[in-house]
Amino acid sequence: MSKPVEIEEARFDDAVLKATIPVLVDFWAPWCGPCRMVAPIVDELSGEYDGKVSFYKVNVDDNRKIANKYGVMSIPTLIIFKNGAPVGNIVGFRPKPELKKSLDAALAG
Amino acid sequence: MAESKYDVIIIGGGPAGLSAGLYAARARLKTLLVEKGAVGGMIINAALVENYPGFPDGVSGFDLTEAMHKQAIKFGMEMLSAEVTGLKVDGKNKVITTPEGDFSAGAVIIAGGSERQKLDVPGEAEYTGKGVSYCATCDGAFFRDKVVAVVGGGNAAVTEALEITRFASKVYVIHRRHELRATKVVQEKAFAEKKIEFIWDTVVTAVIGEAFVKKIKLRDVNTNKESELAVDGVFVNVGSQPATGYLKGILALDANGAITVNDKMETSVPGIFAAGDIRSGSIRQTIGAAGDGAVSAVNAAKYLGE
Repeated sequence: MSKPVEIEEARFDDAVLKATIPVLVDFWAPWCGPCRMVAPIVDELSGEYDGKVSFYKVNVDDNRKIANKYGVMSIPTLIIFKNGAPVGNIVGFRPKPELKKSLDAALAG
Repeated sequence: MAESKYDVIIIGGGPAGLSAGLYAARARLKTLLVEKGAVGGMIINAALVENYPGFPDGVSGFDLTEAMHKQAIKFGMEMLSAEVTGLKVDGKNKVITTPEGDFSAGAVIIAGGSERQKLDVPGEAEYTGKGVSYCATCDGAFFRDKVVAVVGGGNAAVTEALEITRFASKVYVIHRRHELRATKVVQEKAFAEKKIEFIWDTVVTAVIGEAFVKKIKLRDVNTNKESELAVDGVFVNVGSQPATGYLKGILALDANGAITVNDKMETSVPGIFAAGDIRSGSIRQTIGAAGDGAVSAVNAAKYLGE
């Protein structure tokens, strides 16, 4: 089962913006309780959407530039990218069914 | 999938529900805990809990409740991730309704806590995640060298204000009263902090911005005078309401919507108990919630044995 991959600024463009399939990026930090609650759900989703969506995690503590670029000012924030552009944005902890709905909507749109 | 018949069903997975689960599971009762959101409850937003005994250096709300969760699971408590939308009482049998189906038990412990109140002003929803935040621990670091406002005067609000001073250049605490409700120790720290400025007797009436928050509109509650304050962030901490919407007409509630209980945590319906922030008279502290959870589970076990 695939798991979300932690990435840094240097690899972000290649991994996320040039990806051929949709990408979900989980912006998080170790000090954030709700981020740690959402992490296992994102892990499960990465298994369920294996092959359809790539999953990455960005630690905002170490990668402030990417967080700034995408206007992340609240975490956890999940951003869904298609063809190099953000198409969906989920701020704060959400239960799994709600996350799936948002992800499916972004993929369909 | 969980079976549908239990001895005890606990609604809510914060410190009250997790402690109730621990005691119920150790009493060898078949126990199900139902939580709609994040296990751990409201306290997971706290970076450092300094008033829970046993942790002289403090403990993060997440670590504390994660440990409580593990401990209850270890003794056999089962979990369901779902929102409870209804509660029916059929003599000794109680049935809860969820999108995952109905579940029944001889005893129910309601530990659903409270819901954070919003400012309910124009711009608040629009700028959530764009400067408006409900979690300083999560988002404080995005406001490095920026100016922020914290709205509220309770423990959580003032603690948040202190936390944000680690990052922000200036923190306004905007409070609708003339004095704080926060614990004295917390007040003393806040009054000594040079980055914090208090704006008393004032409420926020609007959040204004472009891509991100730029300013807020204020109103003095005594003079009704309006003003504007330039800020980059707004942290909302204006209290909370017991999450008892689905319980109206089933259980006796007090004027604030909290569940009325006696000293055994019994509600107005035999076999239904309430624990933590959701019950009337709660001190709204983690230790109080944990204590309530234990009291409710011990008395639920007695009730089931009768």
